[in-house]
Amino acid sequence: MENKVAIELKNITKTFGKVVANKDVNLTANRGEILSILGENGSGKTTLMNMISGIYFPDEGQIFIDGKEAVITSPKDAFSYKIGMIHQHFKLVDVFSAAENIVLGIEDGKYNLKNSTEEIKNISEQYGFDLEPDKKIYTMSVSEKQTVEIIKVLYRGADILILDEPTAVLTPQETEKLFAILRRMRDDGKCIIIITHKLHEVLSLSDRVSVLRKGEYVGTVNTKDTTEAELTEMMVGKKIDLNIQRNEPHDVKERLVVNNLTCVDREGATVLDNISFTAKSGEILGIAGIAGSGQRELLESIAGLQHLSSGEIFYFNPKTDEKENLRDKTPMQIRNLGVRLSFVPEDRLGMGLVGNMDIVDNMMLRSYTKGKSIFLKRKKPKDLALKIISDLEVVTPSAATPVRKLSGGNVQKVLVGREIAASPTVLMVAYPVRGLDINSSYMIYNLLNEQKEKGVAVIFVGEDLDVLIELCDRIMVIGSGQITGVVDGRNTTKEEIGLLMTKAKQKEE
Amino acid sequence: MIVQFICRAIMLSVPLLYGSTGEIITEKSGHLNLGIPGIMYTGAISGVVGAFLYENACGNNADNMNPFLAIAIPFLCAVLGAMLMGLIYSFLTVTLHANQNVTGLAITTLGIGLGNFLGASLVNITKSELPSIALTKTSAFFAAKLPFADDLGWFGEIVFSHDFLTYLAIAIAIIASIVLNRTRVGLNLRSVGENPATADAAGINVIKYRYLATCIGSAVAGLGGLQYVISYASGVWSNDAFGDRGWMAIALVIFALWKPSMAILGSFVFGALCNANNYIQGLGTETQELFKMLPYIVTIVVLIITSMRKKREHQPPASLGINYFREER
Repeated sequence: MENKVAIELKNITKTFGKVVANKDVNLTANRGEILSILGENGSGKTTLMNMISGIYFPDEGQIFIDGKEAVITSPKDAFSYKIGMIHQHFKLVDVFSAAENIVLGIEDGKYNLKNSTEEIKNISEQYGFDLEPDKKIYTMSVSEKQTVEIIKVLYRGADILILDEPTAVLTPQETEKLFAILRRMRDDGKCIIIITHKLHEVLSLSDRVSVLRKGEYVGTVNTKDTTEAELTEMMVGKKIDLNIQRNEPHDVKERLVVNNLTCVDREGATVLDNISFTAKSGEILGIAGIAGSGQRELLESIAGLQHLSSGEIFYFNPKTDEKENLRDKTPMQIRNLGVRLSFVPEDRLGMGLVGNMDIVDNMMLRSYTKGKSIFLKRKKPKDLALKIISDLEVVTPSAATPVRKLSGGNVQKVLVGREIAASPTVLMVAYPVRGLDINSSYMIYNLLNEQKEKGVAVIFVGEDLDVLIELCDRIMVIGSGQITGVVDGRNTTKEEIGLLMTKAKQKEE
Repeated sequence: MIVQFICRAIMLSVPLLYGSTGEIITEKSGHLNLGIPGIMYTGAISGVVGAFLYENACGNNADNMNPFLAIAIPFLCAVLGAMLMGLIYSFLTVTLHANQNVTGLAITTLGIGLGNFLGASLVNITKSELPSIALTKTSAFFAAKLPFADDLGWFGEIVFSHDFLTYLAIAIAIIASIVLNRTRVGLNLRSVGENPATADAAGINVIKYRYLATCIGSAVAGLGGLQYVISYASGVWSNDAFGDRGWMAIALVIFALWKPSMAILGSFVFGALCNANNYIQGLGTETQELFKMLPYIVTIVVLIITSMRKKREHQPPASLGINYFREER
């Protein structure tokens, strides 16, 4: 069946200052099909789609919708062409209800929330969404918020839907549900474009795949005629071995024992609920869970940065063979024992690095107590900075460049590199590959494996379940601040972990 | 005496109500306008200048004055003067992305300086011995009461004996409340203050909403200044007499949890507190001064209580004080 072309891009170019985000991109998407836009982080996928949805305006090139040239200068224009985009970072007003968010900005007819609520319910039924229109956004789970976003564009009558990394925040079960809905929309004749860098999703969902690399259009293939290896090669530009080497742990000893840890946040909500586990030297302990389930608080508790309501954290010091309770210690004392935390928050710079300082000064943040002189000695930190730059292939004009000017991946390399350089005994990393390209991600995985070989107890908080399953020896799943299960990384499945991720929530209901 | 106390409290509360309603409208758009004290002051002096010029044009004779113009000219002058200040603030913060706090404080300094300059100039023109300008004729036009107020005893006095600026203040607060909560414009405005990126993506003109909210809010606040001079001070302008009512209006916004309807109650409470020292028997001069501190102590207590409150609906607009850049990635 030949599908009708919904949208066509011709020679689209967009630059931001000197950075070329998109160069000469040509693309077509048809009605009644799901098109994947595949590319690594920073390959210009989102920028390209933002030009269709009116956030940016292309420097050069044309956009055709249903064969006619379209000029899209604002999100409003995009709506008028029935284009709706679901952004990766949801654009919702937290204190509004779902219905209020959905009708926001629509200017036709009378403002009548009751009628709108009815219509929202109809749309929900038509495609199989679960949504309470009166529910406030801030009480919703991530997947509910996504549902609001999708209904928001459907409510505006969109028949070209663009979804930016829609599964990044979903459990496998939620992902399946979303895919079922997307397929139903496709069969309904809508044009669905999803932006992603996850290969298995591309293969299971889409009809065709268009690949971007470093802002340039590489090509389009039919999903049924392609393989994971071919797509990777198109995406990265060279063949890559996608297997993470995982050795059997050796010399396994207890390093950290956490008993009945409970932690209450400032609002009085329990963020960690009676958590007990053991982290062992020479193995990688993965932590899986929906974002915001208490991962951050758990790592901060161990690092001494959280106030604990109850519970104990014992550390077995490999040098003295003594058992020490970290709860009585200051963050500095804990650090000196060799417990290192590298947390990569969503804004990447929020914790651990100071954006306006250069790489050398950021190294010094961890060693400033060592000097005895009243003046700074930059020699050693500088050597360390240069070593990290060359070892981890950090792309930077010089070691004196402010960290905030580096790209996300390079910032992460600096952060993880610095923590590893302190030869830790416990290394906690959270989301270390967030936003990294494939090469950099694998470099970080290799670094973690090296640390494991050295006998470090590695705790790895991750988002991508495929990676967790390939990298970790054991995977602990947390949901709503509770441990819902610990599984063996070598013989678990994504579905098993996914079920555990949502287990705590179901208990509450 | 209680009736008198309540009437007086209402009169004192009106400038606060104008100021806080204006500031709520502005803050709902995400802009924290600390220029409100200066803007209210500018509103007051603009009204005074308007009234002064009109009184002079009529040969300082009340019989020559048209009641409508006597009210309309100061009223429009106050609105326009305050709006102009709001426009400067919006231009600096919305268009030039200047820091809102610094800009607001600058506007306050500018407004008070401007007011004192114009006030002193008028005193100079009249060659008066006193450092004040009396606009008693204009004040008399503003003070017209509802005709049946006197027939209804104490009830009439409390409810109907006020001038139209008082009723207008309450009406504006109620209208603002309805617009904010029940109309599309209100929904759009709130979304701009909560999450401008979302509003922008939804096709709402963030810049327009922020300009309009700030300018309209300033105009409303300016009327508070006018009411203070013309009604409360019976048309007598003296430099710096306005005091820190502007700051209290800003504190009231927090007290009212960003709800104009709550501001009506809040301003009355503040008005009563400002006034309590005059109605408690046997206070010495020094204890009177202590009582004058009450509104400020209450403000501090309210700030402490509100900072402990947890409900999300009671929080300030999420983007309050943060300028919006669209091209930011």
